[in-house]
Amino acid sequence: MATLQFKIYRYDPDKDEKPYMEEVTVERDETDRKLLDVLVKLKYKDDTIAFRRSCREGVCGSDAMNINGKNGLACLADIDDLKQPIVLRPLPGLPVIRDLIVDMTQFFKQYHSIKPYLINNDHPPERERLQSPEDREELNGLYECILCACCSTTCPSFWWNPDKFVGPAGLLAAYRFIADTRDEATNERLDNLDDPYRLFRCHTIMSCVDACPKGLNPTKAIGKIKDLMVRRLI
Amino acid sequence: MNQITIRKFDAIIVGAGGAGLRAAIQLSESGLKTAVISKVFPTRSHTVAAQGGVAASLGNSEEDSWQWHMYDTVKGSDWLGDQDAIEFMCRKANEVVVELEHYGMPFDRLDNGKIYQRPFGGHMSNFGEKPVRRACAAADRTGHAMLHAMYQRNVKANTQFFVEWMALDMIRAADGQVLGVTAMEMETGEVVMFQAKATLFATGGAGRIYYSSTNAFINTGDGLGMAARAGIPLEDMEFWQFHPTGVAGAGVLITEGVRGEGGILRNSTGERFMERYAPNAKDLASRDVVSRAMATEIKEGRGCGPNKDYLLLDLTHLDPKTIMQRLPGIRDISIQFAGSDPIKEPIPVVPTAHYMMGGIPTNYHGQVVVSQDGRHDVVVPGFYAAGECACASVHGANRLGTNSLLDLLVFGKSAGEAMVLDIKAMPAAHRELAQDAFDQTRARLARLESQKNGANVHETGLAMRRVMQDHCGVFRFPDMLSQGVAKILEVEAQVRITEVKDKSQVFNTARLEALELDNLIEVAKATMVSAEARRESRGAQAREDYPGRDDVNWLKHTLWHREGSRLEYKPVQMKPLSVDSIELKTRVY
Repeated sequence: MATLQFKIYRYDPDKDEKPYMEEVTVERDETDRKLLDVLVKLKYKDDTIAFRRSCREGVCGSDAMNINGKNGLACLADIDDLKQPIVLRPLPGLPVIRDLIVDMTQFFKQYHSIKPYLINNDHPPERERLQSPEDREELNGLYECILCACCSTTCPSFWWNPDKFVGPAGLLAAYRFIADTRDEATNERLDNLDDPYRLFRCHTIMSCVDACPKGLNPTKAIGKIKDLMVRRLI
Repeated sequence: MNQITIRKFDAIIVGAGGAGLRAAIQLSESGLKTAVISKVFPTRSHTVAAQGGVAASLGNSEEDSWQWHMYDTVKGSDWLGDQDAIEFMCRKANEVVVELEHYGMPFDRLDNGKIYQRPFGGHMSNFGEKPVRRACAAADRTGHAMLHAMYQRNVKANTQFFVEWMALDMIRAADGQVLGVTAMEMETGEVVMFQAKATLFATGGAGRIYYSSTNAFINTGDGLGMAARAGIPLEDMEFWQFHPTGVAGAGVLITEGVRGEGGILRNSTGERFMERYAPNAKDLASRDVVSRAMATEIKEGRGCGPNKDYLLLDLTHLDPKTIMQRLPGIRDISIQFAGSDPIKEPIPVVPTAHYMMGGIPTNYHGQVVVSQDGRHDVVVPGFYAAGECACASVHGANRLGTNSLLDLLVFGKSAGEAMVLDIKAMPAAHRELAQDAFDQTRARLARLESQKNGANVHETGLAMRRVMQDHCGVFRFPDMLSQGVAKILEVEAQVRITEVKDKSQVFNTARLEALELDNLIEVAKATMVSAEARRESRGAQAREDYPGRDDVNWLKHTLWHREGSRLEYKPVQMKPLSVDSIELKTRVY
């Protein structure tokens, strides 16, 4: 058993005038492997600390937070890799509701703005629409997004213009449908993004790629959308 | 307390996992005013963690038929499944899977462009002959792909979501009609009454009654707790599936699709031990059979590791390309949670609590049914259930892998359809709510608010999970079960006096966990009491003192009533809708 040192962002608007960093220690058991294991234990000690969590295996996207200055999922962060004191803050750039819980309204609004659903107005066939394995392969690296917001909330362009810039997660989703051979709305989707802010605020600094806990590459997807945009002009 | 706000809808759906979202598509597209209430953002629901596939006899790789699928499901259920509901589900499978493809689900593909299918445990061709490729898959992220596709379809249909609202109690009229739920907005602590003409529970599982579980933190049986408190019985709660391959120590799921792709279970001697237990299906036998075999191997000293307490899932003989293409998520999970790369070394696994076969009793239209005056199919007006929280009963005593995703599609849809029809037949105006409609919720919240010197929520929950794990696991022993009943009642007394230190109204997760424990304890009690009473072994219930299936005395469904933990039983529906009954026989794989 070892003692772990933490510095955690605390703010409960019901009682705190302003946010503060709280220093806490937790005893780590041998079986504690991930940051979330320890956070759950910390909550046993002090039930007022608030954070989201659900699947604890990196597929639901609930427990995204800023861990030692870098966005990530608590359930996938190895304790052994973290320098102490482990500094935990809510995802940057979104309003804080309480402690490590942010208001994700703006993030989801941008996701919804790209029409994140298959558009195909043909009468659906009796059986499945056909798609070759190669065409299906195009969706790999796109459909796996878990909407945790690690990418968008690490992107300075999203910080400055969360209402105007779609952000890496939303743009990854936009390309997921553009790349789908079953989707017929590529032009409409490109029109929707053809704007100085919605797409072109991405300055390719690639911090989203670095932050994605699923190893996805929004910058690459954004590049492909920009290519299509240019190709459409010539 | 101030006047409580009432929000009125035609329909409300509690839960935004697969079943809830599938029903919501039906309701929203029909134009009815629908609210979906969810504790978490919809794509965080636990359907997201399903991996291997969804069953449908599309026959894309080889000949298949719904009749074979039906036979496998009845056999898998150890004949406890209702054959009318099973026929309904298997016949509907192709339709709902194709619909999902049309919604945009990114299924893997065969060279001819059709949906890729892989073998899965218990799914056989020609009435049990040999494994068949029936599981439609999107790599090993089928649940994730499915949940997102259905959420996206709901975005298109403009479904109204109440995200991060927790339903607390069911509102029921004196005549039994269900009129909605009370619910709390997490961000503000505000509590309102959601009134509806039709209320669907799609609240998922409750695996968190066990110490070691593949389930998410949110799987706390909220729908079952609410239903039980409102006087609805819970069906077949003794039947809990232990998935053969949870990561040892972590509990995280490793899909059966790994064995479908050729993975093999080995003991400490390196032996492929399933050949001894299931000579025909081997590693692809039904989950209860494989889990018991594994527990036996461990008990007899052939487990692996310093404590001989796990077994190995070996993929090292597979082409690394197959692993990268078909099982990429599993490789990630194994590296993350077991510290081993399955391309190079086997994954340490152990049977882990996974799925609740029982639940809120329904017919195959998703309508909740209770027993009355000798009839067992009396519909509770205004109340529906679908997905894991419901018991239709298609899984009986043991569920086949990939049948849960099918269950939530088929019964999510059929419940949605039934709700649309029923609502259209109802008066336009909502009923008047009784004066006491909010009393139960008010009392629970007031008790929690004012509790002094009470029980710690975490410690009480831990005690419950330990009791369930030790007393009601893969193998069940008579003395352990009867002690388990006594112990779970002791835990219940503690649950009645839980105390939270956090008194904030803003995103008070401590209070939520206390309210969740109120639901979990009902599930735990129902499970333990039902298991203690059933004196036979069938499917997932394996009793040391009654090792055989007893069709003379126990071919019947358990119904547990919260009041006095009373049990009653109802017959199994052996008659399918259109085909001949699948006759009882010994179950071998």
